Amino acid sequence: MSAVIDSIFGPRVSADEFARHRGRYALPSLLLAVAALLLLISIFLPYWKMTLHAPQYPKGLTVHAYLNRLAGDVQEIDGLNHYIGMRPLGQAAALERSLSILMVATLSLLVVGAIFIHGRWAALLALPTLLFPAGFLVDLYLWMRHFGQNLDPRAPLSKTIKPFTPPVLGVGRVGQFETVAMPEAGLILATVAALIVLVGLWYHRKAYKPLFDTWRPETR
Amino acid sequence: MGNRSRVVMALAGLVLANCGGGGEGKPGAAVSGSSDVQKIAADRGLTPDDVAAALKTYTPSGRIDDYIMFASGGHSGHVFVIGLPSMRILRSIGVFTPESWQGWGYGSGTEVMAAADPKGKENRWGDTHHPALSETGGDYDGQFVFINDKVNARIAVIDLRDWETKQILKNPLSLSDHGGSCVTPNTEWVIEGGQYASPLGFGYAPIASYKESYRGMVTFWHFDRTSGRILPEKSFAMELPPYWQDLFDAGKKVSEGWVFGNSINTELATGGVESGNPPFEAGVSQHDNDYLHVIDLKRAAEVFQAGKAKKINGLAVLSLATSIEERLLFFVPEPKSPHGVDVSPDGQYIVVSGKLDPHVTIYDFTKIQQAIASNKSEPDAYGVPILDFDAVVEAQVEVGLGPLHTQFDDKGYAYTSLFLDTMVARWTLGGPGGMLNPEPDWTLVGRVPVQYNIGHIAAAEGDTVSPDGKYLVAINKWSIDRFFPTGPLLPQNLQLVDIGETGDTMKVLYDMPMGIGEPHYAQIIKADKLKPWTIYPEIGWDPRTQAVDPKAPKVGEERIVRSGKDVEIFSTVVRSHFNPEHVELRKGDRVKWHLTNVERTQDATHGFALPMYNINLSLEPGETSTVEFVADQDGTFPFYCSEFCSALHLEMMGYLLVQP
Repeated sequence: MSAVIDSIFGPRVSADEFARHRGRYALPSLLLAVAALLLLISIFLPYWKMTLHAPQYPKGLTVHAYLNRLAGDVQEIDGLNHYIGMRPLGQAAALERSLSILMVATLSLLVVGAIFIHGRWAALLALPTLLFPAGFLVDLYLWMRHFGQNLDPRAPLSKTIKPFTPPVLGVGRVGQFETVAMPEAGLILATVAALIVLVGLWYHRKAYKPLFDTWRPETR
Repeated sequence: MGNRSRVVMALAGLVLANCGGGGEGKPGAAVSGSSDVQKIAADRGLTPDDVAAALKTYTPSGRIDDYIMFASGGHSGHVFVIGLPSMRILRSIGVFTPESWQGWGYGSGTEVMAAADPKGKENRWGDTHHPALSETGGDYDGQFVFINDKVNARIAVIDLRDWETKQILKNPLSLSDHGGSCVTPNTEWVIEGGQYASPLGFGYAPIASYKESYRGMVTFWHFDRTSGRILPEKSFAMELPPYWQDLFDAGKKVSEGWVFGNSINTELATGGVESGNPPFEAGVSQHDNDYLHVIDLKRAAEVFQAGKAKKINGLAVLSLATSIEERLLFFVPEPKSPHGVDVSPDGQYIVVSGKLDPHVTIYDFTKIQQAIASNKSEPDAYGVPILDFDAVVEAQVEVGLGPLHTQFDDKGYAYTSLFLDTMVARWTLGGPGGMLNPEPDWTLVGRVPVQYNIGHIAAAEGDTVSPDGKYLVAINKWSIDRFFPTGPLLPQNLQLVDIGETGDTMKVLYDMPMGIGEPHYAQIIKADKLKPWTIYPEIGWDPRTQAVDPKAPKVGEERIVRSGKDVEIFSTVVRSHFNPEHVELRKGDRVKWHLTNVERTQDATHGFALPMYNINLSLEPGETSTVEFVADQDGTFPFYCSEFCSALHLEMMGYLLVQP
């Protein structure tokens, strides 16, 4: 059993070796730690926004999506959406929103964990963080498609506005509204975190692969 | 010549702008742009002065005015809000008179108006005269505006967060006021002076007993800024001789704590032209002098707080005897039947306009204080000490015929309206203010004709401790030929006057017809001092209490609650439906209908129009309103949203069904 754990954790770096190549071993640890921190910070920032432009809204209407809540002109957008029979935005992604904070905290813990894993398992721990930004957008897209495609047929404008899926990033059009969707600071941080994880893993492999390849624990 | 060159500069500016806009700077394009502007001016018969005036006032779509003017509506009973320099009417505010667009008197505000009905008798119009913006340190603070009603002696408080009338008080002493409203420099007191004398409390007394039984008055209403209300129990009045007090102004800076008023009828004329007596117009103009009233308000308040007032109709009144004994009231001779009493920005000078005398008479506050201290005075018929005119007068400036009202600017000029000459006169102040302009002190600098028969004037923040200059509005009573004749009843003419430069340079920039009332006086405040709400702060807001109504209907809790003949309806209102849409009642039900506009978007106002029951509400975003009525008519009543709210506005309706 301890052999399995050992093989997961990989070789330890001796104090001499660390002193000789401080940069080599510190860099991946630092990068992964920074990535974990950025991910944690992103919890407090909006991830995505959509702004609706129409002549009678000179400042536009904007909804900001945080991991666990919506902010901005949600009431007004819901009010408008009722004309086309779209459900209130607050009803979307309830499960995701309730779990998201815990999930992202877990992701950053896993990345921190990868610092201490000096083998290929480290990549596995970091993998969710690498996929997370794309996962967020895919989930968002699925909800938007679900809401846009399932309009209440009894709504006042149901004959005028056909079911639609607004672009999750970029420009779309619904009625007199132009929709502009773009990532916000949270998603940008999460993406930067993923990129840093990628770079961190590369240096991680560069640092520990030689050790791992020559490493023969007595119990192996 | 100076003006012409300014126009040329302006036109050159347009040409340059055209050039830049074209992006290519083709000389041909510049010439054609220039000739276009000149062609437009030529085609429309506009002089260079006209073009300059247009450039100074034209406010393109989306540009917001620099100044906001609150004008009384005269006998329309409203207050009008006008932007400067565009002279666009922004809105009216219902005060003493019902106004159906705002729902004022048709479901909201009814109890505010009813609370000020004289002796409970319904009066649903007012003669609004003098708006007064609240002040802090003698400067407008943009929080409240007060306005008096001349016809029934009432005073109203408008909250400038939501621009709604919150309180109207009936003065229990008189049915006639004029010298109000004005405020003390920190708005502790709102001043309301009476006009036509009558027995205090307006009971019957034969006109033959005028001297003994009839009295004038001035009331000092204590204003509580926190609650936004006048507190009648902390307010008091002063009994005055029946001299027809006219206008009042509060002292400021050096004269803070003092109040000045003028009077017309020291003759004690009682009219009776039908019996061969001189009519009032002649009777009140017999003496060479009337009296400027000088009141020590700070001391008067102490005397009132010491319990030396007696109550008349519930309002504390300091008797004339008490005022004389406590040395609260002094008189100073002023040219007969004057008009206007205005304190200079530094508080040093009190300007009284002659009306029947071509001068403005300027009194010095320090000299008044010295005269009071010297104890050299003659008592008048009622025992009030009269100070020596020569001892207190600072200057007299001959400004023209029919001087009425004075305002001030930032360059040490005073402006006086001239009714008979139908002009505005500009003249110089003395003292430190006089050094701000090149002309000698106490001299007439220039005059500008206005059309026609000017009454009050309002300069930008022109009665504060720091006037802005720039603009002055002449409130002209007659327009005669200025506009298309709108039948025999013509609009008034409010003229914007440019007072931006020193010397004899005043220019009329713009004529604004006012065909929905007769503004009497106005005050002009810098727009950025106003901080109005754009929507009510929270859903369920009751403007009467400026707090959330605990009974306000909420989304998902709409209901109809019946208890015997009492029915309470809780409705929400949103684009584009009422909830509930069906309301079933039985004839004779007593109905309390609460409605909340649950919108949070600026301008998403809804109406609630109920036929036959004389109800229309304006429900602004977040607002809750409650209408009460007895369902005394059976039938089918389609109610609807009277404010065009959305593409499905027409569908925003419901049925009130009242069973026989």
